[in-house]
This record gives sequence, structure tokens and C-alpha cells, in this order.
Amino acid sequence: MAHQAQSRLPAFDVRRALKSGALAALVAFGLFSLLIGLRTEQGPTGALILVPRPWELFWLVVAAFVGSFLRELVRGEQGAALARMVPAPVRNVVTQVAPYFGYALLAFAVAVPMIFYSNRYLLDLSIQILTYVMLGWGLNIVVGLAGLLDLGYVAFYAVGAYSYALLAQNFGLSFWICLPLAGILAAFWGVLLGFPVLRLRGDYLAIVTLAFGEIIRLVLINWQSFTGGPNGISGIARPSFFGLPFTAADDGFAATFGLEFSPNHRVVFLYYLILILALVTNAVAIRLRRLPIGRAWEALREDEIACRSLGINTTNTKLTAFAIGAMFGGFAGSFFATRQGFISPESFTFGESALVLAIVVLGGMGSQIGVAVAAAVMLGGFELFREFEQYRMLVFGFAMVSIMIWRPRGLVATRLPSVFLKERKLVSADMVSEGRG
Amino acid sequence: MEVFVQQLINGVTLGSIYGLIAIGYTMVYGIIGMINFAHGDVFMVSAFIALIAFLTLVALGITAVPLALFLVVLIAMALTSLYGWAVERVAYRPLRRSFRLAPLISAIGMSIVLQNFVQIAQGARVKPLPPLIGGGYTLIESDTFVVRLSNVQILVVVTTIALMALFSWVIARTRLGRDMRACEQDLKMASLIGIDVDRTISLTFVIGAALAAVAGIMNLLYYGVIDFYIGFVAGVKAFTAAVLGGIGSLPGAMLGGLLIGLIETFWSAYFSIEYKDVAAFSILVIVLIFLPTGILGRPEIEKV
Repeated sequence: MAHQAQSRLPAFDVRRALKSGALAALVAFGLFSLLIGLRTEQGPTGALILVPRPWELFWLVVAAFVGSFLRELVRGEQGAALARMVPAPVRNVVTQVAPYFGYALLAFAVAVPMIFYSNRYLLDLSIQILTYVMLGWGLNIVVGLAGLLDLGYVAFYAVGAYSYALLAQNFGLSFWICLPLAGILAAFWGVLLGFPVLRLRGDYLAIVTLAFGEIIRLVLINWQSFTGGPNGISGIARPSFFGLPFTAADDGFAATFGLEFSPNHRVVFLYYLILILALVTNAVAIRLRRLPIGRAWEALREDEIACRSLGINTTNTKLTAFAIGAMFGGFAGSFFATRQGFISPESFTFGESALVLAIVVLGGMGSQIGVAVAAAVMLGGFELFREFEQYRMLVFGFAMVSIMIWRPRGLVATRLPSVFLKERKLVSADMVSEGRG
Repeated sequence: MEVFVQQLINGVTLGSIYGLIAIGYTMVYGIIGMINFAHGDVFMVSAFIALIAFLTLVALGITAVPLALFLVVLIAMALTSLYGWAVERVAYRPLRRSFRLAPLISAIGMSIVLQNFVQIAQGARVKPLPPLIGGGYTLIESDTFVVRLSNVQILVVVTTIALMALFSWVIARTRLGRDMRACEQDLKMASLIGIDVDRTISLTFVIGAALAAVAGIMNLLYYGVIDFYIGFVAGVKAFTAAVLGGIGSLPGAMLGGLLIGLIETFWSAYFSIEYKDVAAFSILVIVLIFLPTGILGRPEIEKV
């Protein structure tokens, strides 16, 4: 049908575009007439009353019309040529710059506390971004490398956070002892949950991990005597600089090093702590990719049946990916607990899992640098558009859908193969079936 | 004994609602092999549409309950079908040839979109609706406990049975049903013999959404309160029902729905109400691990 239209009218087919615009407007009117056009409010008697909102509805319908009209209009020959032309040079630039970009980003990350030392707000935001970068890198091992869609990643984050909080409160253990313990416990949970379910196919596995995430959250809410229930745990011990607390006291960090006390010391320390933790995650992921286990992960992602025929133990391979991903989630969780000083099940909802997954998907599954950029863009974006806070989840849902449609490999969509013949060169994402590499 | 009978009635009612939602999951999974994660939220949207339609009708002066109910069912089914169609058109159709996880990720995105769209458009507060259909029958009356069967419960169960009969007839006897069964067996082959596959898939989503709309109205009538978050938990439970019954099987979806409804009510009555969602999620995990083909499902053969 499109071909016929083009042969009759090679430039712009206005009538066709008008028709498609009208249809879109009609659909938009149907979709939004009740839900946008009328708002239910609590009336004075307690019963619901309706408040009409004709203008919002009108503008949405107009927007649908214009959007569909323009889309249909540029769909012809020129539109396609335009679409083809743009990405190629952009992609080339991205490919050329990418390796250096990583180092530049790292240098910037190291320099952030020095540049913005007095800007507490920016430092806090950076710490938050780095936490998500770390979570993204951890989940990337599971989703990007091994191709297992984990919708309950936040459960391991929660295990890490609650392990640290409970160990520190009940046994007075310090952060540096709890950190590895939290990681081990999270990995243990990863194995425990992973063992029965990893035989399942991709989307069944996703749903089961979702269920596990919810089970853990519901247990955290309801097991009041152990976890504090919905009130959470407060007064969690702050981290110390290898035994030196960040206080104004004589044995504090500032006094020991002869510095003037400043509350920013702790923030800067936390910043470097999460930076190092994130970099460790990154280094481990990159190293593991080159080991036989990493190659098995990637092979598994591409074709599970082929892997099994080649004698790879798929259950063990999946389990290691699951456990290692969970371990980094646990580390990040205990960092979160020590930074906030307060945790509650509120912080570990499905929305959080979806956010981390969106970061991984947006960054390009399997791409380390892409995940870092995506985390910075998303959380930075949230902060920038603070006044539109209620729209942020909406936007990020749309972003997930759009990315899947237009750039299913994420924003960084070239691959560096981990095994190669003679020459190592980048491969376009279209050449491989899944993920990166 | 009285408690048991009462919970049985409640469980069957709840199970009917889950069963109707589960059909949407099972049909879509049967045909294109994806979990339509946004289906639970389509159900939630339908409940909101029904609520606003009710209030609009009251504002217009139509207060006769049977007429209002009839109109609301028509409006909600039509508009929710439009949502089902739009979701498929926007988020799933362009991904037909994409990689394995793409449709599921897109569906999660769509679910987040629908949830937040309703939250922004209608507010996050719980929306109450005064009971429209009162009355009922007292079945057993003892000194300590009264077993009641309300008119709403009768309506829910009867409607579900009627819809199931109608729907089974559509699948078994009509052209559309035949096309759907053909698509379920082999998409490529179906298109080769002249079935419009895109249209059939669209209609599958439309029918699934329409049934979810009925479930949404029932949910609104039965509980009397809705909020923008009901789709998530109801969706997971209905999906559990679909898997438990055997995904791809229509009687299975209904059976699974009934079982999940019964398990949930009995669990709440005899064990603990706080952990009722934990029970539902645990059943999902257990079923997927030990009985992935469900009760009435066919075993899936993995082909290279």
C-alpha cells in the first residue's frame, strides 16, 4: 500500500497523512475521553464528583493528530533517506570516541569531589547516580551477559541493606566486616532462589524473579519483630574511615589528620567508597567476560540449546551469573543502608527493579559505558525536571518502549567481540541476535 | 463449616474475576508467545473507565441500575478494547521480529506507562463507589456465623459463566476463532494460507481487553474501591491462574482462576491475611517450577 501511494505522489501524500491523523485523533479521543476528560475528585460529602477537563483532552487529541500527520508525511522516500543518513555518522563518532570517553568519564568521576567540594547537593546526587551505576553493572552481568531477565534484582539490594542494618544493630559489626558478609548473603540468596528456577525459559524466569522480589518485600513488611516492618530500621551505623569516625571528636577523622572538621568529609568519603565499589563491579564484569565462564554466559545468551549440545552445564552457568549479579546488588545494598542510615521496605519496590532494568536496557544490554551514561542521564534528568516529578515514571515507561522499538540494543549499539579471528573489530548490533559482544 | 461455605462462595467469586483476566494472558501467550505484562493494568484502566462512566451516567440522570449497568458494560468494553488494541499497536507490533526479551521489556514499560497515566490523570487516592447492587440471600444461619450470598456475587458468577460460554463458542465455531487457533499452531503457516495474522493478533488483544473490562467492572462492584495500583497484583495473580491452568488453554485459565481465588480466600481465612499475596506469589513460583505446563496445558517442545 505504501508503494502505491509513493508511485502516485512521490513527494508528500497529504491526503493520506490527513487520514492517518484523523484516525489517530479519533483513537486518542476514545482513549482519553473519560480518563483525561473527566477527573474524579472527593466531593464535600465524601462521594466522588466529576470535574471536567475539556482543554487537556482537546490538546491531547490535537497532539495525536499532528503527531500522526507529520509521521505519515515524512514516511515517504525522503523521510526514509533522512532516517538512514543520520545514524551512520553519529554511530561512527560514538564508536571512535567510546574507548576514550570511558577514561574521560572515569577521570571526571574521580575529580567530582574536588571540583564540587562545597556543593553538598551535587555530591549527594553523584553518590546516588553511582549507586545506580553499580546496580546497573551488577544487573548487566545477569541480563546483559547471561541474557537472564531478572525482574526482582532489588530483592538482593534489599538483602544487602537489611543484612548490614541487622548485623550492625544486633551484633555491632562494623561496615567493613558487614560489606563482604552482605555480599555473601545476597549471593547465597541468589543461589537459593536461582537454583530451582533457572531451568525455566526466559520469560517464565522473569516472572518468577518478579514474584521472588515481591515475596521478599512482603516478608520484610510483615515480619515486624525481625525487620521492623513498614517502619523499617533507623539509626544504622555510619561508616568510619577504617575505624576513624567522621565526628568532631578528638579521635575523629578530621582531628587525626589535623584537618578542620567538616561534615563534607563523610560525603566525599562515601562518594569515593561507592566509586571504588562500582569500579570493582565493572572490573570484575570485564574480567569475567574474558574467562571461560564469561564466554559461556554469552554463548548461553545467544543460544541455550547449542550450549547444552556443546556440553556446557547451563544450570551452573546461569547460577554463577545470578549469584555474582546478586552479590554486587548486596554490596550496593549495604552501601545504601550505611549512607541513608535508615531503610524500609518502601525503598525496595518493583519500581526500583524496573528502574535499574531500564538503565541497563537504555544503556545497551552488556555495554558497561552505556549503563553508566544511562544512569547519569536518567537520574540527572529526574533531578533537572524535579517540578515534573509525577511525570517521571511515565516518561521512563515510554523510554523503555521506545528504546525497544527504535534501538533495541540500547544507546550504545556496537559490539566488541570477545573472541575473534586475526582482527578485533566492532560489529554492528544488527549482526548479533542479543546483547553485546 | 459455615466459615468454609462462606469462603467457598467468596473464593468462587474472586476466582471468576481472576479467570476472566487470565483469559487475556493465556490467549496472547498462546498466539504470540509473550507475557502481556500490561494486561493487569488494562484491567485497572477498565475499572477506572467503568467508575467514571457510572458517575457520568448518574450526572446525566440515568439512575436505573440495570440500564446504567448495561450502558457501563458497553462503554467500558468498547474503550478498554481500544486500550488493548492501542497497546498492541504501539508497543508490541513493531517488535514482532526483535530479540527474545524485547516484547517483555516493552510490556513492562507499557505497564508502567498505564499505571502512571492513570495516577496522573485521576490521582493516587483510593476511589470509592457506593454499592449499586445491594441485597442477597442468607443461606445458613447459625448462632455465631451467617453465610450470605450477595446479589453481586451471583451476578459475577453468572456473567462469567455466560461470557465463558460465548467465548468458547467464538473460538470453536466462528471464522475468527478458527483463525486464532490456526495462528496459535503456526503463525507463518497461518499467514501462508491467507489468514491476516496482524488482524487476528489485534483482535486477540481486543477480546482479552474486553473480558478484562468485564472483570474490571465486577471488581469495582464487588469491592467498591479501586486505585491505580490494583492492576499489578491482580495481573500477577491472573497470570498465575493462567499458568496453573496450563497456558494457552481456555478452560485451563478459568480453572486456574477458580483455584487461585479459592486458595487466596481460604489462606486469608485460615492462616493469615497479611501473607495472602505471599501465598499467591509462592504458588506462582511453585507451579512454574514443578508444573510448568499447568493442569490442562500441553507440554512444550523446544525446537532448534
